[in-house]
Order: sequence, then structure tokens, then C-alpha cells
Amino acid sequence: MKREQPIDSATIARHGLTPEEYSRVEAALGRAPNLLELGIFSVMWSEHCSYKSSRKLLRGLPTSGPRVLVGPGENAGVVEIGDGLAVAFKMESHNHPSYIEPTQGAATGVGGILRDVFTMGARPVASLDLLRFGDPSHPKTPFLVEGVVAGIGGYGNAIGVPTVGGEVAFDHAFDGNCLVNAFTVGVLRKDKIFLGRAAGPGNPVLYVGARTGRDGIHGATMASAEFDETTEEKRPTVQVGDPFTEKLLLEACLELMQSDAIVGIQDMGAAGLTSSSVEMAGRGGAGLRLDLDRVPVREERMTPYEIMLSESQERMLIVAAKGREAEVERIFRKWDLEVALVGEVTSTGKLELFFGGERVGELPIGPLTDGAPLYDRPRHAPSDLAERQRFDPATLPEIPAAEALLALLRRPTIASKEWVYRQYDHEVRLGGVVRPGGDAALVRVEGGKVGLGLSAGCNSRFCELDPREGARHAVAEVCRNLATVGAEPIGLTDCLNFGNPERPEIMWQLEQAVLGLGDACRALEVPIVSGNVSLYNETDGRAILPTPAVAAVGLVSDCATGAHSWFASAGDVVALLGEPWRSPSGPPELGGSERQAMAGPLRGKPPPLDLARERAVQRACVALVRAGLVRSAHDCSEGGLGVALAECCVMGERRIGARVALPVPGRPDLALFSEEPSRIVLSFDPARRGEVARVAADHGAPLLELGEVGGERLEIAGVLAVEISKLDAAWRGGFLDVVARPTAI
Amino acid sequence: MKVGVVVFPGSNCDHDAAHALELLGHEPLLLWHKETSLQGVERILLPGGFSYGDYLRAGALARFSPIMAEVGRFADRGGPVLGICNGFQILCEAGMLPGVLARNASLRFVCKHVHVRVEAGESLLTRGLRPGTVLRLPIAHADGNYTLDDAGLDALERSGQILFRYCDEEGQLSAGANPNGAMRAIAGVRSERGNVVGLMPHPERACEGLLGATDGRALLESFLS
Repeated sequence: MKREQPIDSATIARHGLTPEEYSRVEAALGRAPNLLELGIFSVMWSEHCSYKSSRKLLRGLPTSGPRVLVGPGENAGVVEIGDGLAVAFKMESHNHPSYIEPTQGAATGVGGILRDVFTMGARPVASLDLLRFGDPSHPKTPFLVEGVVAGIGGYGNAIGVPTVGGEVAFDHAFDGNCLVNAFTVGVLRKDKIFLGRAAGPGNPVLYVGARTGRDGIHGATMASAEFDETTEEKRPTVQVGDPFTEKLLLEACLELMQSDAIVGIQDMGAAGLTSSSVEMAGRGGAGLRLDLDRVPVREERMTPYEIMLSESQERMLIVAAKGREAEVERIFRKWDLEVALVGEVTSTGKLELFFGGERVGELPIGPLTDGAPLYDRPRHAPSDLAERQRFDPATLPEIPAAEALLALLRRPTIASKEWVYRQYDHEVRLGGVVRPGGDAALVRVEGGKVGLGLSAGCNSRFCELDPREGARHAVAEVCRNLATVGAEPIGLTDCLNFGNPERPEIMWQLEQAVLGLGDACRALEVPIVSGNVSLYNETDGRAILPTPAVAAVGLVSDCATGAHSWFASAGDVVALLGEPWRSPSGPPELGGSERQAMAGPLRGKPPPLDLARERAVQRACVALVRAGLVRSAHDCSEGGLGVALAECCVMGERRIGARVALPVPGRPDLALFSEEPSRIVLSFDPARRGEVARVAADHGAPLLELGEVGGERLEIAGVLAVEISKLDAAWRGGFLDVVARPTAI
Repeated sequence: MKVGVVVFPGSNCDHDAAHALELLGHEPLLLWHKETSLQGVERILLPGGFSYGDYLRAGALARFSPIMAEVGRFADRGGPVLGICNGFQILCEAGMLPGVLARNASLRFVCKHVHVRVEAGESLLTRGLRPGTVLRLPIAHADGNYTLDDAGLDALERSGQILFRYCDEEGQLSAGANPNGAMRAIAGVRSERGNVVGLMPHPERACEGLLGATDGRALLESFLS
């Protein structure tokens, strides 16, 4: 073993390991590590790779179901969709890099999640992005929005995978730590699933894709620490994306996967060659020998430490069947990609590293993977929680309801996101049946009638007030969004964005949120098949709002029967599926709402969610859309029923008004904008009235007729009447207000 | 009809083009850019995408791909060639069509449905379409700003080489209806001889009602007739 100068405590701290963790490293090796080995332990035991703070909690999530082919733990989850086909999907965070360098940070986030999906053998067919930015008035916000959107678009557009939807929200709690969560779904044959496993001693290990450079060294460790005044200095730990190389890598991998030459394959994502080799060996119960001199590098004199820890993008590690190396080489050479035989699978259970004819590192696989530290960190509710949950909506200053509606439509979290999705190619691959702008996207699966409903979301403010209830809302809302396009949820992926888990309040949020996800997934019978945890989202000790983001995939048997989100035809009936207000006389729930945020600080409790009611509403909506009985279906979320009705008037290409009457309890400037769940605004041909009512009743979902589509105004009897041109201007202008402002870096 | 769809490294609308050709009852043949045989195809289509990443200038590297010499000879013999989006950019860079596609005036990628007005009927792409007809077609590009010197533009006008201009729903030209700042609102042109055509909009994305646009069919049917 190559020996160097002894490791001092400053070096250990710089690698993000605690003294106790360092003792465990020594125990695992039976000696002191050298610097290379220390680096490998540090990234494998980072929060990002090891899930050391969250792993115990995640065990409680429902991850199985009749359609689940691959659950959490692989590069992506896989769920069956019929006809011998399946979908692979996952969502992953790239928060820290995107805050430091928004364009490249977001771009490489997209690149990473795409690789996770095509590694499984799936052709990526659509992406979503869930984004959180700071207050719209914060000087850095426009810079981050511009950069992140350019990065996502630049990567997705070039590689030719449509970005079909997502969610963008703003809150000052994200001023110092934006969120970029990227989701991709791909389609594969269910009998052609590839896994990240190294097996079969003697099988060759091949490195393919781009060359290794010095970029992104220790990115995983960076993503496992808080930000402070030195954050700007971390720019060199952000990688640079190259969608062109990734496009070649995608095509080459899918071409190779037509054969049976591959034993296992894994993306070199966070922690690069280290995590791909160690995780593959771990899953396969094998060992690996790597000759680091053979790794294609793009810079001179790279050390083994740099080669193992680089996070250069667009690289993959393949274990091939012995004797099939030439096939792999032929295909990758055709696509002008690097391919190098860098090692072989062994039965030692160790990672053995050679460089310049010397053995430079030798580490047992077990302690790096399953044997990584596992923490049951102390947790308790914040001491001021009860105080913060007290809120009387009547304390909000009263304003005319029309004024409140226009102000809400203009708020960037609610306003049209057209500025964003116009920069994304959402039509490539000819799948876009329901395109961006509505509640959920609907993407046709090539070669048939089957479609995939896709939606991502989370109400971070609800989660701050009550993380368990907030997480339940997140699952309910994305599944409700699917219902509006007639899709039945078949699987979910989560991306848990939280602050520093070493603080008991944050750990409590994480625990509560995971419990909430579990509650809702069990009630709605949808498994979580993949996910990602992003902790330490804090700057100068201030945590983000807890954001257990979820993305749902749903199935539609015939894409041709769909509904849009907006009103389409004068004379149609406007109705509400679900109850307008939980309490017909009491005060409305406004905790965590945009209406509250417009007027003052975040307080109170999120509106309660009745999962049985939620399920009834969703099932009724799916049945109505599939039967072609409704012309439009739009979920009530941020801004409540008032905003949902206004959006139904202005979201479509042809704006159209509506006249409705509502049993408004109390002050309309509050009730209209409460964000209670389990409500969907429908419109349908009056001739279908009876059938619609029957379907709703069959599913036990309340249905209330509100009025009719038509005219040039949105009129709510006795409450407000606003020209749709005014609603439209507010809704379309709100986001432009953010990006048109001068920016500061 | 056997139609060659050239696959450059970074092409990403090749499968979509093949899908549309099949839908219209034709036989697409994917031709890898390193090949030098056109395998007897009767039409050639250069699809959209980001050939070579478009890191230099859109289409500037793809014109040097081995197959492009064959495509040039095919065109010289009068063979019909269609370039869509990146394919249009490549044909311009290769000198097979006049002009060049510069960065959009907004400096941003733009993906939306636009209206274009047929300027010249009876071209390879517009057989059976009367001048003045307004079509609705999808665009998705960062470099669609058609650029040429004034004399060149005048010459195109005189010889009827301008096939499509961006317009509003009523067929009127306006700055608001021009999505990329293209000179004289040009969305598509033909070569002097007429057998090479290129356009920024994606007709292959507009062949099925399910996907929200069907006006691309007429253009592809014209090209394949």
C-alpha cells in the first residue's frame, strides 16, 4: 500500500468527516487510510451518497405494488405500464451547484437525472423541473431564474428530451439557497432492465463517455454542507455540462443495450468513478480492481485522488460479459466516444486501485456502502411551533375581493410560467398531448394509445407549518393534477429538500414529512419507487422551507380522451368536484396560503386533508375525463378557488369568461383564496349534466354546480366582476415582473 | 417512397421525421452521417437537432460530415432535399441554400406554435397551396433569425425563393408575429433551382390532431409527391 504523510485532523475536517467517523475508517481498514482512501470514504459517507441521516426514516415508505419492477436503491425506479413496457423515473436535486453557478448547476442536474434513467435501459421521453427561488424582489432572484431556466433548457433542448412541466415558486426563505429538482421518465421493455451491478469475477470493467477532468472534485461533499460567506469560492466544485456528448452517450448506450453484452452499468454521477465502482460492487457482492492509468483524462498529471473524485459529466461505468469488450468498443467508437478497459470484477470484496504500477488504495466495499454510518439523529418539534400555528385570518386587513384576485394572479408563484416553458422544447419526440401550462402534462408513449400523466409539486409553506400534513398535501396535489388529465397514479418519486439534519428541529421536519408521504401514498395506493435526499440547504444558519417535493407518473389508456385545464365553450356548465369549503360557516383555512403571504408572515396550520375524500374526488375526476364527459378540469391549489376560476378563464388560447354563484362563508377576500385541498373546477356540456352527476355520485365525490361559461368577465355573484382582459394581464404579467428587473450576482 | 433521413451526431428530430414519414405511408431510411452511400433514396431530409452540439455555429460543423458531399451531388443532379430547423441551418452553412440562421433576436430559445404565410405556391414544399394561405406550425430553436444582405434578399423576392413568412393568424406581418427577428420575416426558402428547400418550423411535429397541429402534413405530402 502506498503510504504518505499521516492524515492530520485538519485534513479530516476538510473532508467533512467527524473524528468518530474517522475512527470508523481506521477500524474498517485496520490501519490509517492514505489521502486517496480518505477521499473515497469521505464521499461515500457524505450525506449525499450514504443517506446516513435519512436512511432509517425512509424505511417506512411504501415502495412496493403490483406494477413495481424495481424499487428504491437503483439508479431509477421502474414501473410496469402494460404491453411488455415499463417506465423508469426518478427526481434528483441539484440545489447547491445551481445556487453557486445557476446555468451549469441546473444543466448538469438535468444531465445527471437523464443518465440515471437511460442507465436502466430506458429512452428518456420527458422531464419536469421543480424550482424554488427567493423573494421576487431579492437582487439575486432574476439572475438565478434566468440562469437556471437557461441551464435546464440548454441541456434538455440539445439532447432532445422534452421538458413538459414542473413547478416554480418563490419565497424569501430560499433567498440564499434555491432548489432545482429535476425529474425524468423513460420508457423501456420490461424484460430489458439494466442494473448497476458488478458481478462475475473476471468480467471486464469499461469506462465510456467523456474524459475525466479536474471539475467537480468533492461535489458530493459540498452538497452535504451548509453555505456561508465562502460559498462563492466553491464555484470550481461545479461541473460543466456537455449535452452533445451526453446525446452521443445516450444513443451509444441504448444501441449497446440491444445486445446482451452488458452485465451492469452505472452513471458516474455524484462522487464520480468512486461511487459508480463502489456501488456496483456493493450491489453485486463483488470486488473491483481498477487501473487508474487507463482512465481517459483531459488534463495532465492528474493524481489517483483527482481521478477517483472528479465529477466530470457524461461518463458511465460498464461491466461487460467477458469476451464482449470488442462489441462495446465498436459501438462507442462509432459515436466518437472514449472507451477504455479500466479494470475487472474480482471476488475479493475490495476496491483495489493501481496507478503507475503501484497499489495506491485498497478498501473493503462493505464499510463503504451498507456499513456507512447510520444516524438516528435527535429530533424534536421547534419550541415555537404551537405559537406559530396560531393564526386568526380575520386579522388580515380587508380588501375588495377583486383587488385581492388581481394581486394574487400577479404573484410570481401563481402567475403564468409561459416565460419559462417557452424556453424549453416541449414537443420533441412527438409525445406532447397536453403541453405545459396546465395542471399536468400528458405524454403519448410511442407506438400506441397509452399516455403518461406527469406532475411535480410541493407546497413548502404548508410543510413549514406542519411537515406531516404538508407532505400529505404534496402527494395529494400531484395525484390530483394527474386526475385532471384522466391519469391514474402508478408511481411516485420524491426529492426531500431540508436544512441541516444535525439540528433536531430539521430532523423532526424530515421525520414528519416522511411520515406524511407514507400516509398519503398508502391512502392513494401509489408506491414511491425512487428518490433523493438533499440536506444542509441552509445559508448562514437559516434553513429553507422544508420541501419534500414529489413527482407522480400516471397512466392513461387512451390519450385521445383528455381534458384541458381551461374553459373552452360558452354555455358549458361550471361545477366544482369536491366541497367549496370544509366548513360552510366557520373561518376559512388560510395558513400557508398565497393570500396570507401577500399580507403578512407565515403562520397558522395548513388546511386539513381528508385522504378518503381526496381519493373519491380524484377517482371521480379520472372517470369523468376518461369517459369524455368534461371539457375541462382544473385543480384548485395556490390562490384557491378564486384563482382557479380566473385561471380557467385565461389559461387557454381563447380567453372566455364565466358567471358563477358561490356560498361564500364570511369575508370573500379570504374565503375565495383559501387553499383547501380536494377540489377540482370542471366545465362540461349541459347535455352531460346527468351523466356527470351520476359519475360523481358513484365515486362518492360531492359535485356542486356553480354557473356557466361565457361572456367577457368573471362574475362571482355579489362578490366580484372583473374583465377577463384584466385577469389575463395580471396573470401573464406577474412572472415578467421578476425577470425584467435588473439583476445582481 | 424511400426517404433518407440523415442522422448527424446531435440530431434529435430524426426519429420524429421518420415517424411522420411512416405516418404518411413512406419508407424512412436513417442514414448515418459517416456513410457515403445514399442507398438509393428518392428524397433526403435533414432533421432538426443540435448537430455537433451547435457549439460553434448551428450547422457549421455538420456540413463537413462525409455524407454531405453525397447530399450535395444528389442535389446537383436535381434530387429533392428538405432541411428542417437544424437541417435548414446545415443547408445554409453548406451553401446549398442562401442566407444564414443567426441567434434569435430575443437571445433565447423559443418553443411555440406560430403562423406562417405561404409566399410561393407550387414549390417542392407548397404544391397545391395557394400563396397567402396561413399555416400553423410549431417552432423550437435558438438560431432561427434568417439573415442575408439586402441585395440577396431582393434577389430572393424577385425569384420567388421565399416560401414562408412568419405572420399573425390573419396572415398579416408584424414584429410581434416574428418569433426570432428573421429578416423580412422569412421562415423558409428554396434554392434557385428549387429542389433544395429549408424552413425553421417543424412540419413533422404537425401531422396529428392529437398533438395539436396538422398543417405540416400538406408540406410533407408536397415534398413526397
